Amino acid sequence: MLRALLLTLSVVAIAHAELCKPDAQNAFKVRISIKTALGDNAYVWDANEEYLFKAMVAFAMRRYSSKSTTQISNVLLCNVTDRVSFWFVVTDSSKNVTTVPGSEVEAAIRMNRNRINNAFLLSDKTLQFVKITTTLSPPVESSTPVWLIVFGVVLCLIVAGIVFLIISGIRKHKKKNKESTERENLEEKVEVTLENGIPCEALDIKAGHVNGVFAADDERFTSL
Amino acid sequence: MCLLIRLVIKKLDRNWQKAMEKSRPLWDNPLQFVFACISYAVGLGNVWRFPYLCQMYGGGGFLIPYLIMLIAEGMPLLYLELAVGQRMRQGSIGAWKIISPYLCGVGVASVVVSFFLSMYYNVINAWAFWYLFHSFQDPLPWATCPLNSNRTGYEEECEKTSSTQYFWYRQTLNISPSLEASGSVQWEQALCLTLAWLVVYLCILRGTASTGKVVYVTASLPYCVLIIYLIRGLTLHGAVNGLIYMFTPKLEQLLNPKTWISAATQIFFSLGLGFGSLIAFASYNEPSNNCQRHAIIVSLINSTTSIFASIVTFSIYGFKATFNYESCINKVILLLLNAFDLEEGSLTADNLNEMKDYLMATYPLEYAQLVPQIKNCSLEAELDTAVQGTGLAFIVYSEAIKNMEVPQLYSVLYFFMLLMLGIGSMLGNTAAILTPLTDSRAIASRFPKEVISGVVCFVNCIIGLIFTMEAGNYWFDIFNDYAATLSLLLIVLVETIAVCYIYGIRRFEKDLYTMIGHKPNWYWKIMWAFVSPLLIISLFIFYLTDYILTGTLQYQAWDATQGQLVTKDYPGYALAVIGLLVAASTMCIPLGALVTFIRKRLKREQISTVA
Repeated sequence: MLRALLLTLSVVAIAHAELCKPDAQNAFKVRISIKTALGDNAYVWDANEEYLFKAMVAFAMRRYSSKSTTQISNVLLCNVTDRVSFWFVVTDSSKNVTTVPGSEVEAAIRMNRNRINNAFLLSDKTLQFVKITTTLSPPVESSTPVWLIVFGVVLCLIVAGIVFLIISGIRKHKKKNKESTERENLEEKVEVTLENGIPCEALDIKAGHVNGVFAADDERFTSL
Repeated sequence: MCLLIRLVIKKLDRNWQKAMEKSRPLWDNPLQFVFACISYAVGLGNVWRFPYLCQMYGGGGFLIPYLIMLIAEGMPLLYLELAVGQRMRQGSIGAWKIISPYLCGVGVASVVVSFFLSMYYNVINAWAFWYLFHSFQDPLPWATCPLNSNRTGYEEECEKTSSTQYFWYRQTLNISPSLEASGSVQWEQALCLTLAWLVVYLCILRGTASTGKVVYVTASLPYCVLIIYLIRGLTLHGAVNGLIYMFTPKLEQLLNPKTWISAATQIFFSLGLGFGSLIAFASYNEPSNNCQRHAIIVSLINSTTSIFASIVTFSIYGFKATFNYESCINKVILLLLNAFDLEEGSLTADNLNEMKDYLMATYPLEYAQLVPQIKNCSLEAELDTAVQGTGLAFIVYSEAIKNMEVPQLYSVLYFFMLLMLGIGSMLGNTAAILTPLTDSRAIASRFPKEVISGVVCFVNCIIGLIFTMEAGNYWFDIFNDYAATLSLLLIVLVETIAVCYIYGIRRFEKDLYTMIGHKPNWYWKIMWAFVSPLLIISLFIFYLTDYILTGTLQYQAWDATQGQLVTKDYPGYALAVIGLLVAASTMCIPLGALVTFIRKRLKREQISTVA
């Protein structure tokens, strides 16, 4: 009786060892970087964490295939290193000593990736399933690109400014024309003191002092 | 008869009075003039060219040739241009006509060069607008690569290069692989260019009345942003590495002639001499304005700003280099940890080299397999990547900004500063084109100022659409490198010789005495008459020989498949365009003299035949 028990146990152990080994069929490597993710709050990876991992994989398989046959004992872990990294397989208890096809496991993990990450307080990068690529979340895009909105606002402000300046310029111009015609009518009656045909007031304005062309010419002649 | 004469005299008086009232528009106060000059001179070159030169030519030691050239070349030539403008009270064409009728070609050449510059320079403002509008997002669009179509990874081109380079070359420029493949006009860039021209039009619409108010903002705002960036930059992790790298003088570079030539070139182009903008600005001054003091102030502020901006740039460089170095080290550590299943934290930056040797000894086969993937991370190599121009402004800075906290704020500030610098310089350029146009009675009497400005802006905008095409950046580089360099040297040389030897330095002294109240001392006279012309001639000879010796001209094209720049030769028609650009402005000088000569000959013949 005892011998039979020992025999079955050893057979099971050998079978497990054969099923779960690095690069075995349907086996996946997992790499966990707890210190990178959590820094000072990092927990230690021990047998309890391994138990939780087996539970999460079993949960994922159950949710995916919706048959409640996968047990925690179906998930086998092996080759745990200090990194922390290990290999795992999911066995099928209905068929003897075989593993669930890798594609099913992969699909199950993909579907529940978020739940698995959250159980360990990790992310897609720090809880890495080496062969399972993650689908990256698309960036948030609004219906109208943001830059067009800002562009539109600035454009409206600038165009409003230009229109305002042009219209006020036209108004000033009209006012000036009116004023100058009024002044002309007044001047008809006012006498202006003349000297050599130049009214005296004009000579007081600074701008009339030096005429560049004539001043330059003058000097050329007097330098004899 | 007497009544008729009296009526005629009265009408003449009225016209004379009207002419006197329509006197030249002036700056409201001298501060507006100084701000306008600072706003024009302090431009993008201070931010993206000077730090590069500092890095290439000896770090802190570069300041020695820079300051010597400032005293020998910068201040005297700036004072000369301001004095000419203030004395003649005309734009560049009118001013040089007064100095000598044979020199009208110099003014025309200045206007042509300013026209070329304004065509391509506003595209930089368009790019600054584009980045500014894209800064209002979280995360910044150049922070991450976009996903590829199956959403399993990132875009291929983005993987090969970095996300900031991808955003610049693909999403902003959508650059084609070579100059020949012109591609189509990018509507987003065309919109931004139109907006940039509308902004410039708004600022120059009313002439000095509007420009004078705008320059208060465009001159002072960049300094506020630079101070904020200085504080932020100095407190960044790793900034000190960049500053130490920059300021350790490598004095052996002083023996390299290129150092001195670069210093002279930088001072020359940084002050914006020869474009006619300084003459235009000075022509709106009161005749008694102290342009000597203003010339010294403007040139000192310009150089100080260059040094200040390079302190900011180098602290940013240091931050970026340290960040990249640490990422590189972390990648190597992760690679080794994963390959050998070592415990996390056993490999750190400090023990990396010893651990590498240990692993190489214990697992030689596996280590040999990994060797091609293990990069040698070096901080000096990261700091050595010297970048200038649009690459520095739009790639390096945006890469540094995306790694800061609250990147949106710093991004908005930075690109707004670039905009202010660019628009300030554009105001000077358009003033150089518009002042001669509004001075000429033929045009100014028929069209109001607003219409002339509008037409100039519109024409430039339409031509500028070339730079928004897929190959537009390559044409931009052509204009940037060749449109202004040789022509300006020639223009300023002719200007200096004209004022000193044709107009006469004694007459110029007397004019300055009437304007300012004292004659210039021997330092100014020696610089004007001997040192500056000699410097410009030597620069000119150097550039000519450099162009002739290099043979074929080449450009950097972006290769999307490799994700980096490759060197290619210019096609024939591009070389023809380069030749045209240089010829169009330089030929104006002799042509102007020739046309004046022919005109005078014809007049003399007419008079002699009449007599």
